[in-house]
Amino acid sequence: MKLLLAFSRRGRADPGREPVIARVVKETGVLVNVEKANIDSMAGEMLIDVPDANAALVRRRLEEMGVAVRVMENAIARDEAECVDCGACISVCPQEVFSFDEEWRIRVRSERCVLCGKCIRACPHGALSQQG
Amino acid sequence: MEKSLDLINARIRDGTARVVTAEDMPGIVDELGEEGALAEVDVVTTGTFGAMCSSGAFFNFGHADPPIRMERVWLNDVEAYAGIAAVDAYLGATQEAESKDSLYGGAHVLEELVAGGTVELRATSRGTDCYPRRSITTELLLEDMNQAVMVNPRNAFQRYNAAANTTDRTLNTYMGTLLPRCGNVSYSGAGTLSPLANDPGFRVIGSGVPIFLAGAQGMVVGEGTQHSAGSGFGNLMVTGDMKAMRQEFLRAAVMNSYGVTLYVGVGIPIPVLDTGIVRSTAVRDEDILTDIIDYGTPRRDRPSLATVSYADLRSGIVEIGSETIRTSSLSSYRQARAVAQELKDWIERGKMELALPTRRIDPAKRSKPMRETAVTPRVRDIMNRQVISITEDEEIRVAAKRLLKDETNHLPVLDGNGTLVGIITTYDVSKAVVTDGRLRQVKDIMTRKVIKTTPDEPVDVAARKLEQNNISALPVVDATNRVVGILSAIDLGKLFGGRRRR
Repeated sequence: MKLLLAFSRRGRADPGREPVIARVVKETGVLVNVEKANIDSMAGEMLIDVPDANAALVRRRLEEMGVAVRVMENAIARDEAECVDCGACISVCPQEVFSFDEEWRIRVRSERCVLCGKCIRACPHGALSQQG
Repeated sequence: MEKSLDLINARIRDGTARVVTAEDMPGIVDELGEEGALAEVDVVTTGTFGAMCSSGAFFNFGHADPPIRMERVWLNDVEAYAGIAAVDAYLGATQEAESKDSLYGGAHVLEELVAGGTVELRATSRGTDCYPRRSITTELLLEDMNQAVMVNPRNAFQRYNAAANTTDRTLNTYMGTLLPRCGNVSYSGAGTLSPLANDPGFRVIGSGVPIFLAGAQGMVVGEGTQHSAGSGFGNLMVTGDMKAMRQEFLRAAVMNSYGVTLYVGVGIPIPVLDTGIVRSTAVRDEDILTDIIDYGTPRRDRPSLATVSYADLRSGIVEIGSETIRTSSLSSYRQARAVAQELKDWIERGKMELALPTRRIDPAKRSKPMRETAVTPRVRDIMNRQVISITEDEEIRVAAKRLLKDETNHLPVLDGNGTLVGIITTYDVSKAVVTDGRLRQVKDIMTRKVIKTTPDEPVDVAARKLEQNNISALPVVDATNRVVGILSAIDLGKLFGGRRRR
């Protein structure tokens, strides 16, 4: 399950100074995959992937440390009315989220998405959007 | 054995014609042989669905009271060409709206009309004795127009070049997003289903032939503009009544940072008259070759990186040199199939009969590049040949003195052999002084990745490099990377004086 973490750099949960992720991993024993991190001077955002079974535990612990946690269920949404199944999204995606099925329709494996946004800009039909 | 068109049409009328799509034809020929396939199959339907920028429609709006001779016309703020009498206009798909924030253009207006939406017509005129009115604004549906005739000057190319990008920045092109360092390949076209790939000799596709155009029954006008069948890039001018079109087969699109385009579905039925046509309709993706062109070269003649087949492209992965690269299609194969399938259905149900060309299209014609009468200015025409440079082992202090003495802001940095290894600017020197007193030599502070130009590069290309990289000068190097000049933003001003002023 993907969790989108947001935190203020001014708060006590500042991964710029505090090893928040490492601490959660150590305490819970849950292995976390950091897929994207964007740490600015004022705020930070991080996308992590955790096993579904442990997601609630990791989430609770992060929230106790002052990190806002959002569950990303369908990171990328495809509007079927707009999509013409061309495939412009397929090769620009670094995570191989998109592929053709046997009928040459676009198949979306959104669990692989790391929210880079490349496909959204590349789609000629404005059919892709980010959740939330 | 040969089969006449009359026989095929008689079979279509009595519902016994055997119609297959171009996707199924290779298998049938494999199984029955050419003579067998000729006896078995009467019509092969083709289809393609992709971005066809060269599209648009003629409209007749009817006369208002008092009447107006429209000189300029806008449909939903997108300007249409009105220089064709009083209440007619041609709206091109790629024309963009004047005031909309997001990209909106002629293609969107065409789709909106076909979808049954309302479009605002705005027109102006100077007023005449017979047409006194000077402006009009009204809302129109497609059904309100007397005629809405789609005429697409250049559709359904035989094949399209595939695209890649060898530069180190992402390019946004009409071939979609091209990732740096050949990060992907994009392509277009329906391969085996593509109409002209099934009749490359233009034997049965020509003027007057009935076609599927965006859901309507249309026809081929003749060769498309820029038709170049002699080099494998034949195309068609096609027409059809917009009032019979369907949104599913006519979709507006926006290529990121490029502009508006229109996705059009085109399908052509091919009468199977003889074994020559059996052979040409048995074409497979493997047989249709195209080049992967480097769009990183901003010139008309771009180098080919590899030759591949549509089978390679559609497999999702191609090879350039020793690297495997993922491919993206810009056209929709699913929709191309839907076009060929619907056309098959029309013919099986007797809704469309076939016709032979009333005029043939030249299968050997090649299109020419533009004849340019004004010489395109090159970097060598305006570059500064007095280059003040410095070597990488000099002290920063020497560089500072040289910048001051020669009143320049850029110093190309050379190695012992005189080849370009870096560049430093006044800013780099100032920064070195302020931030760290320990840096001593030019090579400690120079930028090693130099953005440069060559003497024969067109000035427009060099100017775009300056703009995109937010820099103000480019070293000019020869083939051996020796500096032969420098081009600064100031030099660009030379274009506006002297010989160019007329």
